[in-house]
Amino acid sequence: MKRAIDITVLPEIPENIRTAVLEVTTRLKAMPGALLPVLHGVQGALGYVPADAVPLIARELNLSRADVHGVVSFYHFFRQQPAGRHLIYLCRAESCQAMGAVTLEKHIRGRLAIDFHQTTADGAYTLEPVYCLGNCACSPAMMIDGDLKGRMTPERFDAWLDAEAT
Amino acid sequence: MSVTVYVPIDASALSLGAEAVAKAIATEATRRGCDVRIVRNGSRGMYWLEPLVEVETADGRVAYGPVQAADVPSLFDADFLHAGQHALALGPTESIPYLKRQQRLTFARVGIVDPRSLDDYRAHGGYRGLAKALRMGCIDIVQAVLDAGLRGRGGAAFPAGIKWKTCLDAPAEQKYIVCNADEGDSGTFSDRMIMEGDPFVLIEGMTIAGLAVAATRGYIYLRVEYPHAQRALLAAIAAAEAAGFLGDSVCGSGKAFHLEVRMAGGAYICGEETSLLESLEGKRGQVRFKPPLPAIEGLFGKPTVINNVVTLASVPIILDQGAGYYRDYGTGKSRGTLPIQLAGNLKRTGLVELAFGATLRELIDDFGGGTASGRPLRAVQVGGPLGAYIPPSRLDTPIDYEAFAAIGGMLGHGGVVVFDDTVDMAAQARYAMEFCAIESCGKCTPCRIGSTRGVEVIDRMLAGSANERERNEVLLRDLCQTMIDGSLCALGGMAPFPVLSALDHFHEDFAGAADQAAH
Ligand SMILES: Cc1cc2nc3c(=O)[nH]c(=O)nc-3n(C[C@H](O)[C@H](O)[C@H](O)COP(=O)(O)O)c2cc1C
Ligand code: SF4
Ligand code: FES
Repeated sequence: MKRAIDITVLPEIPENIRTAVLEVTTRLKAMPGALLPVLHGVQGALGYVPADAVPLIARELNLSRADVHGVVSFYHFFRQQPAGRHLIYLCRAESCQAMGAVTLEKHIRGRLAIDFHQTTADGAYTLEPVYCLGNCACSPAMMIDGDLKGRMTPERFDAWLDAEAT
Repeated sequence: MSVTVYVPIDASALSLGAEAVAKAIATEATRRGCDVRIVRNGSRGMYWLEPLVEVETADGRVAYGPVQAADVPSLFDADFLHAGQHALALGPTESIPYLKRQQRLTFARVGIVDPRSLDDYRAHGGYRGLAKALRMGCIDIVQAVLDAGLRGRGGAAFPAGIKWKTCLDAPAEQKYIVCNADEGDSGTFSDRMIMEGDPFVLIEGMTIAGLAVAATRGYIYLRVEYPHAQRALLAAIAAAEAAGFLGDSVCGSGKAFHLEVRMAGGAYICGEETSLLESLEGKRGQVRFKPPLPAIEGLFGKPTVINNVVTLASVPIILDQGAGYYRDYGTGKSRGTLPIQLAGNLKRTGLVELAFGATLRELIDDFGGGTASGRPLRAVQVGGPLGAYIPPSRLDTPIDYEAFAAIGGMLGHGGVVVFDDTVDMAAQARYAMEFCAIESCGKCTPCRIGSTRGVEVIDRMLAGSANERERNEVLLRDLCQTMIDGSLCALGGMAPFPVLSALDHFHEDFAGAADQAAH
């Protein structure tokens, strides 16, 4: 049965967020255990899971806001802030460490002048740590905008960055 | 006649430029008017040779590698389409010693078939196991898995058949098969290679598991770091559905099996089976108390078989070739084969599937070719972030569950990570504790608080004088024992293993800055 969507009890939500969330929840809420698929859908559409979206997701899935917030904050993958234009995941796990990931990490943090979980001032790059990309046979590894890169070195990273900048 | 050329679509091969190579071959072939059919296969698992290009000839496949896009014109010049000589030529693929010496059962088709082609899968023996299972009763399928001696490849090494039997015996109107594809350990990629290189074998294994315990629905819980595997699985599931291998009536048997892929959220603890189930139900991935076992009360409170990717992917060959065939590989209580993943500082990293029983040294020296840096090997971590660091003196330990337990280690998911002598073992010990602190699900105190205190104690050890160091070492060992004894699951219960092994075997690395200054 279709029920009329009543958002009067919810706080003000920017229109784009409301539309995106409702599109995702309408499509997925009948799934058993729908919350993770819904959060993936929202982050896929908006690039992050805005705090504004939480009450609406909760209402649509018949959960409490605390339930939804608790899940969003538990998982490393879900972002509560938008990322930069390029999202860089750098592997910090043991195989990559054995092949120079620590040096690479220092280099990248220096070159972008940011720490993990931060975005460069121009909004171009966000740096996130990741525990293993399954590319351990080609360590050190990173993933940029969904593109996996193996046997990374500071030089190869710089070359990529310079190519992006031009 | 068209020549078939194979260029892997495996994520690691792509990470080294395989996509550009495939494009260059297509472009160059058009330019030269050569009739080339490019197949995107999985990886053979010889990653130092990736991107590995293979050409189908009358005498079998010949290999070239590692190929970069810039090498492609010269490959055509050398007539590689007819096995011509070239600096990158490696000869017949199957004769490369690394591959030739393996015993590939679970990985029999990986790197060989087109992972998107159901026809190719069937032409290479696919779905023969399911055909047999469809003619058997539930209990006979379970018995075959029991007789084969198949133990869980995800880490805990629990006999799969016993788990299936428990689930079969639990009465319920709905049961589930859950595939643990969270592959969280560093140094492991065999699940990923199966899903990308031969996804139908996992689908077939899960379908057989469904028949065995009368479960009509399956979920693959896939780590979010694996977008390539997600694409491969979705394509394969769609193809299997279209051909009637999945759906309301599997192969017209009247028995239903539906399969869905669910993406994880990037939390290591969700590899632990009960926290995985919580996550699948849409909750925080916190570990559940056992009992009840998931086989009795699992997903959505229903009886659930939860197995690792490699475990499930090993089922089709057991049904097809018989339990005895599989069991005859291996040693002692470790039966069959284990896909071992060689990673870290090695010349020849990759996947080696062998019967249990080879030693760590054979793997590292004979297959791995020694360290990539050429420096002496100093430590090996087997079994992921919770595995002990093994010193060179223990390299003759055979790969078998009991032998590893005897040296205080574990095989886990079969990941082998090698470090050379530049490694700082105190830093590795600190990292292990920090990892536990970051990834703790928070349910129990020894793990949640203990790991944070552990990092602080290690920091004090390293900063302090010799006196301070000894005092803090006593504290650290005590803390580790509390975590081992008091944690609810293996994250808190085993994180002390890398820490203690570093202390025991590499004590010299813990000489703090203050001591060094005093010398
Ligand atoms: C902290 C922790 C992490 C785990 N991670 C994984 C994992 O990533 N993949 C996996 O298959 N099993 C993992 N396991 C083991 C599972 O709990 C469980 O034993 C396994 O999924 C059962 O399947 P199997 O019997 O086929 O191995 C983990 C266990 C613990 C305690
Ligand atoms: S040991 Fe750690 S991860 Fe495991 S249940 Fe306790 S708090 Fe959670
Ligand atoms: S350890 Fe870095 S990709 Fe696995």
